[in-house]
Amino acid sequence: MAEHISSPRFYVVIWLSLMVLTVVTVVAAQIDLGPFNTIVALTIASLKAVLVGLFFMHVKYAHERMIKPVIAAALFFLFLLLSLSMADYSTRLWS
Amino acid sequence: MATNAVIPERANYLNAEYGVKSWLLTVDHKRIALLYLLSVTLFFFLGGFFALLIRLELLTPAGDLMQADTYNKVFTMHGIIMVFFFLIPVVPAVLGNFLMPIMIGAKDLAFPRINLLSWYLYVIGGVLILHCMLTGGVDTGWTFYPPFSTSFSNTKVVEAGLAVFVSGFSSILTGLNFIVTVHRMRAPGMTWDRLPLFVWANYATSIVMILGTPVVAITIVLVALERTLHLGIFDPKLGGDPLLFQHLFWFYSHPAVYIMILPSMGVISELITCFSRKRVFGYKFIALSSVAIAVLGFLVWAHHMFVAGMSLYAGLIFSFLSFFVAVPSAIKVFNWTATLYKGSISFTTPMLYAFGFLGLFTMGGLTGLFLAALGVDVHVTDTYFIVAHFHYIMVGGVLMGYLGGMHFWWPKISGRMYPEFWGKLSALIVFLGFNLTFFPQFILGYMGMPRRYWQYPPEFQILNVLSTAGASVLAVGYLLPMIYFVWSMRYGKPAPDNPWNAAGLEWMTSSPPPTYNFEETPIVTWEAYNYDELNKKEEVPVER
Amino acid sequence: MSDSEVAVHNPALRHHFAEVEQQRNASSLGMWLFLVTEIMFFGGMFCAYLVYRTAHFGDFAAASSTLDLKLGAINTAVLILSSLTVVMAVWTAQTGKQKALVMYLLLTIVLGVAFLGIKGVEYAEKFENHHVPGPTFHFAGAIPGHPDHPADPRHAQIFFSLYFAMTGMHAVHMIIGIGLFAFLAFKAWRGAYTPAYFTPIENAGLYWHFVDIVWIYLFPLLYLIDRHK
Repeated sequence: MAEHISSPRFYVVIWLSLMVLTVVTVVAAQIDLGPFNTIVALTIASLKAVLVGLFFMHVKYAHERMIKPVIAAALFFLFLLLSLSMADYSTRLWS
Repeated sequence: MATNAVIPERANYLNAEYGVKSWLLTVDHKRIALLYLLSVTLFFFLGGFFALLIRLELLTPAGDLMQADTYNKVFTMHGIIMVFFFLIPVVPAVLGNFLMPIMIGAKDLAFPRINLLSWYLYVIGGVLILHCMLTGGVDTGWTFYPPFSTSFSNTKVVEAGLAVFVSGFSSILTGLNFIVTVHRMRAPGMTWDRLPLFVWANYATSIVMILGTPVVAITIVLVALERTLHLGIFDPKLGGDPLLFQHLFWFYSHPAVYIMILPSMGVISELITCFSRKRVFGYKFIALSSVAIAVLGFLVWAHHMFVAGMSLYAGLIFSFLSFFVAVPSAIKVFNWTATLYKGSISFTTPMLYAFGFLGLFTMGGLTGLFLAALGVDVHVTDTYFIVAHFHYIMVGGVLMGYLGGMHFWWPKISGRMYPEFWGKLSALIVFLGFNLTFFPQFILGYMGMPRRYWQYPPEFQILNVLSTAGASVLAVGYLLPMIYFVWSMRYGKPAPDNPWNAAGLEWMTSSPPPTYNFEETPIVTWEAYNYDELNKKEEVPVER
Repeated sequence: MSDSEVAVHNPALRHHFAEVEQQRNASSLGMWLFLVTEIMFFGGMFCAYLVYRTAHFGDFAAASSTLDLKLGAINTAVLILSSLTVVMAVWTAQTGKQKALVMYLLLTIVLGVAFLGIKGVEYAEKFENHHVPGPTFHFAGAIPGHPDHPADPRHAQIFFSLYFAMTGMHAVHMIIGIGLFAFLAFKAWRGAYTPAYFTPIENAGLYWHFVDIVWIYLFPLLYLIDRHK
């Protein structure tokens, strides 16, 4: 049962990157980027989520091989919920 | 081989331990299935009682048996109990719980204690809904639509919501357990393309349970918060949108229909192939169509909202997508029919139920297509046409599958045979009673009788009387099996290990199975439904 | 010691599993499926947020700008730090450092409580300013960038309803997590976890990281709408 064990030093590096990204997102919010403010904020949030997922939650080294498909499925169905709901709201004023 | 069960009192899961504690604290999936059987049956008859009250009120055009408010509470209770406390758990939690581990050659589900926890959650939810019922009830309909549920109803919406919330977690945990079990507990050699179709169906169901149920849970929480703490999320006074509730609600509650029907479809796959003595036609298509139904089920929810004020364009999309669900459903029906072709068919009780399912599900499904068509739906929305349609699916489909499966596996569950004559009689009574109850409702709905009213114009009376008469026939059909199942536990013929000479691991262990299901873990080297080989080996002809 | 010997002697192996590997994979898959349900659970609220934010963007920006950005950012840092202590707890469990494991679990609890305390300060401020939805709700801000265009207080109320629902549900998850870690710290102190068996620590860690990820999205979505104006 070969198991991957990361070093504490590696975890601290990930933590530092998360902190830096937090600062970046606060700073970026103060700059007028037009519609890109939201996109930048969500991209940074997703980047942080990926870091937490891959390294803190050990998705990258998971011995259980169904974990990645399971996460993908969850995100896909969340996307369905959001996009098909918005299919109604974004077209409601057309007629 | 068929006569080796006469030795009395072989060690099995039923006589392994005695006493109330050995049942209430059990982690054996078979015992938990029986706990579910008991509680689900209780709720079925309670929900049925409310159905009977509805039919009695509708016997006459005037609102004479109860007041309008009471009628609202009665149909709400009927809906909540039947949907959340009967139809959703019935096949997965009873038959699925009992059979899934055995069918894949495992000793138990992956998480036995979580399995017990999910039964307790079901019971807590059940007690809450009973308490709600006895202390005033709720009148929103099982759909809890705001703003009525959030701002206007003076009944116990929060408590009913809590009951649904808790029982929802019961269903989430069952689904989670099933998925892990199928992935991680299969016996050596039990590959995905050798899984029984009942396992495939429950696997697909579990996907829906996991993905859908949490959404309705948070939706109910939001309704409760809006009612109690005045958070304004669906409140039109604040510019909120009550339709958002409907979106979130039907994101779960439409796929929930597939939580109900898919496991029954799995049962039908087992029955038809066994009593045709043929390998099921198109195994892969039936297996994957279950998954396809589960996934497509999430793309169609807003067809419940065509006239609710949703965007016309979204309506067009959802109408279009809804037709796609018909494809995998039809694949199943055609494959079952093709299995019958040139089969050696025997008309046992389970098979009669399976035939009933085929007819009723097809009618329910086809009328579903009428409703998915935007134009037709505008005409029949909120009429008895809808009521008839979903009862054909839920009662005609789910219950036929459930009862068929109960008869098929009863020898395995109890170790006793049920009386075949009474079984056939009950199947016949259920089929006739069902059609007499619900077919007139199609006509009523098409003529324009709206649902959820306690009185109606006199010209609708004849069809309503027919429907009520059918409901009483149906009640007899449901009481009969309960009586003779209980009777057979004491007086029934002891069941051999494989009374139907059926394929599947569950028939290779004793009836009833030992606590850990098998003497030793089976190693699977054959395809599912190898009836060609079984027929060759057959020494004694099966009792037809 | 070979694998099969481990399987026979490991007291943590439950009867219905054939081997330790199978049991570990099953519990890990089970935990991730539970997290899937959590994603969909919060997903319902994110859906509501998306719908109303697109419909009432200006009013949402006005309401959002009244939130305390400093406290929100500090809380984000606190939560991320707690994720580090959790991952260190898992590491100490993997490597069999029992005392350090207990310490990291307790540290996580402290950080979790700190987060809730700061959240409490923010909530109190909402009560003082009548930003809590209900009959006493009052909002008089202007749409950012348009000083003479007052925001619609009804839509601002929807924002605060979502704010309380989402952060409240997040806080409930934090409280559950803190309780969980308190229980695990007690068990760890009693020596329940070894490098051969630490599944509860691992799964509780996954739960905590998930709650952290939810906050990682909540922070920009609630606090950072049109801050530049």
